[in-house]
Amino acid sequence: MSRKRRSSMPAKRPVRAPVFAALGDETRLSLVTKLCDRRPYSISQLTRGSKLTRQAITKHLRVLESVGIVHSVRTGRESLFEFDPQPIEGIKQYLDFVSEQWDQALSRLKSFVED
Amino acid sequence: MNNHIEKRIELKAPVSRVWRALTDYREFGEWFRVKLNGPFVPGQVSRGQITYPGYEHVQWEAVVQKMEPERLFSFTWHPYSVDPKIDYSKETPTLVEFRLEKTTSGTLLLLTESGFDNIPSDRRIEAFRMNDGGWTEQMKNIENYVTQTS
Repeated sequence: MSRKRRSSMPAKRPVRAPVFAALGDETRLSLVTKLCDRRPYSISQLTRGSKLTRQAITKHLRVLESVGIVHSVRTGRESLFEFDPQPIEGIKQYLDFVSEQWDQALSRLKSFVED
Repeated sequence: MNNHIEKRIELKAPVSRVWRALTDYREFGEWFRVKLNGPFVPGQVSRGQITYPGYEHVQWEAVVQKMEPERLFSFTWHPYSVDPKIDYSKETPTLVEFRLEKTTSGTLLLLTESGFDNIPSDRRIEAFRMNDGGWTEQMKNIENYVTQTS
């Protein structure tokens, strides 16, 4: 991801709402927080220390997978889950863009009313 | 990472002046850079043409929500819908709110834009309540993480 400030619309328009919706759940958010260290985790590892069943954790992982926040890779008999920062970066860039447009509009409003 | 945008700006002008700049369609058009077809009316669609250089092909369309004199002006829209190839009407609009407060030096303007997440508000409240602000906190952690590794 480029660090330079964007003055134009991000090229790829992210599908924002489902990403937000996927993150708007405490269990999924804690799974993401765990997966953030970029190591692949098995479902058993992710279920350990949780009150939820393996099935419930799997269901949450599938929701995250459907918006691309996690990817699963099969190794032998097990599925491992990995974090992918791209969708979250995408919505962040989009919000930064809208935010920057407001900064510019409000500074024009400021000179408009203060003149 | 927040799921809404919030801006505060101090304006050295009386509330009545700021209110007019926000809600008179010609004045709004001046600073926002849009040529609007007519006055803002709550519950009605406002249409016009963006005049910002480079974006003149973009249509402005918003639905005026509230106009509480010198206090609150709000509308829903599809923010910065600049790509003519995309049909933004299929997406859930966001809510823009301008709140005005009188200060000793003029006016405090608070702008919020919310609804980017398209989650029904009752569910969102539930998500926040469950974790006492932890949602925002964790989003921040994720953002830090994402920024560090990018």
